[in-house]
Amino acid sequence: MTQNAAPAVIARGLRKLYGAEAAVDGIALDIPSGQCFGLLGPNGAGKTTTLRMLLGASPPSGGTLEVLGHPIPQEAREMRARVGVVPQQDNLDPDFTVIENLRVYASYFGLSGPALPRRIEEVLHFAALEGKAQAGIHTLSGGMKRRLTLARALIAGPELLILDEPTTGLDPQARQMLWQRLRTLTAQGKTLILTTHYMEEAERLCSRVAVMDHGRILAEDSPARLIERHIEPQVVEVYGPDVEAWFNSRARTRVERAEHIGETVFCYARDVRALLDDLAARPSLRYLHRPANLEDVFLKLTGRDLRD
Amino acid sequence: MNHSPPAISLRWIPVWRRNFLVWRKLFGPSMLGNFIEPLLYLLALGFGLGVFVGEMQGMPYSVFLASGLVCASAMNTATFEGLYSAYTRMAHQQTWGGMLATPLLVDDIVLGEMLWAATKSLISVAPILAVAAALGLVHDMNALWVLPLVLLTGASFAALALCITAFARSYDFFLYYFTLVITPMFLLSGTFFPLDAMPQAVQWGAQILPLTHAVELVRPLMTGAPLTHSLLHLAVLIAYGAAGLYLACLLLRRRLMA
Repeated sequence: MTQNAAPAVIARGLRKLYGAEAAVDGIALDIPSGQCFGLLGPNGAGKTTTLRMLLGASPPSGGTLEVLGHPIPQEAREMRARVGVVPQQDNLDPDFTVIENLRVYASYFGLSGPALPRRIEEVLHFAALEGKAQAGIHTLSGGMKRRLTLARALIAGPELLILDEPTTGLDPQARQMLWQRLRTLTAQGKTLILTTHYMEEAERLCSRVAVMDHGRILAEDSPARLIERHIEPQVVEVYGPDVEAWFNSRARTRVERAEHIGETVFCYARDVRALLDDLAARPSLRYLHRPANLEDVFLKLTGRDLRD
Repeated sequence: MNHSPPAISLRWIPVWRRNFLVWRKLFGPSMLGNFIEPLLYLLALGFGLGVFVGEMQGMPYSVFLASGLVCASAMNTATFEGLYSAYTRMAHQQTWGGMLATPLLVDDIVLGEMLWAATKSLISVAPILAVAAALGLVHDMNALWVLPLVLLTGASFAALALCITAFARSYDFFLYYFTLVITPMFLLSGTFFPLDAMPQAVQWGAQILPLTHAVELVRPLMTGAPLTHSLLHLAVLIAYGAAGLYLACLLLRRRLMA
């Protein structure tokens, strides 16, 4: 599938103030069409506020914003006719069955008539919910509800999908199933914008990610290039009794960089052989040697403090 | 804050229709209640209490009461829908949040909710009118004009209720509105007794209450008494509805589009 030339989202100096506090503090975004774009960041980083502004659900305090060529919030209605949304909080209609949920949601887009049943069948099939058309919402598992929410977002054939933490709270099987659906949608040429806490999710799905914190974008690139640019290639995670003493006496000089987070010391280096030799002689310490990943980038950029 | 007037379009229809489809699922039990309740009131109060009251404003008490019940029911039904049901859809079920991810705007939701609550008023009042007619408490076919008036009354009270809902953080908040606004109005709008015997200040005060004006229109239509100042009464109801709609749009835009 060829990519559209025009970006899906263009933001310049985008700001959102709540009182004196800046939830989003002057960000620039160029989100290309036909790709999956990830917005990463700890709680309170400004991800959801950014998505709300993209949808025209929250007027920006400053800057300019264009989504699918529509100035936002001025043309929010026209833009939303071309966008599907999977919200963080489940808002399926509990009084309706699966198929009624889709039918009623379609009516919000002004969709009705002879083409609609066919469209509903398609999205039910895509979400693997064909057998559940007449089921009540309360009988669905968490994974099924999420897939129905995705099917609902697809009902009007959107060009752009916005997903706010789409797999939070799902079990591993349900998550895998949803990932596979999202990859299919990207392969079909749709633009996806998602927020997530799961770095593995971002690394697997997104061709481009932006790391946000305190309302600003700290870095933006492909996951591979972010890792290459910010992190030493080898990581050794060490934990166990007296890990701090061990680190101060034996390891500090053998690594390029280290982070102490909770009870684990993360050691980053180009060459970790000396470190591993030392650890091999200390059975009380447990360790994991692995290549650097997006989570390391995330922790480096956003710091180690706990966010609630 | 966005002060622009409500964006009026036919986009309210899917919002109205969604509520209608949910209501239809529980159609049986709710309709039964809609018939039984006014029947009990008219029989117990109208005939039971009526024996002691005798005539009121030159008509049997049950006849007087029937038109009061119609207006009070229109107010209560629309108010409940605009407070409790609307709040459930806004806060607990996030139904409005889902709608706002589609081409619908806050104004479409407000208009759809207002007109749905007005429809609920009609659904609750029509059986009262039918029961009253069956009991011989309605003068003639002019009483059918009550139905559009009930829609207007319901819409006005729904708009006011939606303004309150825009401030609510829990269901408990609505008790203030009931205690301070709805209950006094319920009692002091000439619904169950004429205000002639009340102090002059109360009589004047009652003139600013929308329910008073609904009663002034509905009672003559149901009892065959002469209809006076009908344009004034209509204008007051419309003014409450229009102001309520505008304010509800402003307040809910502010709450939902933060």
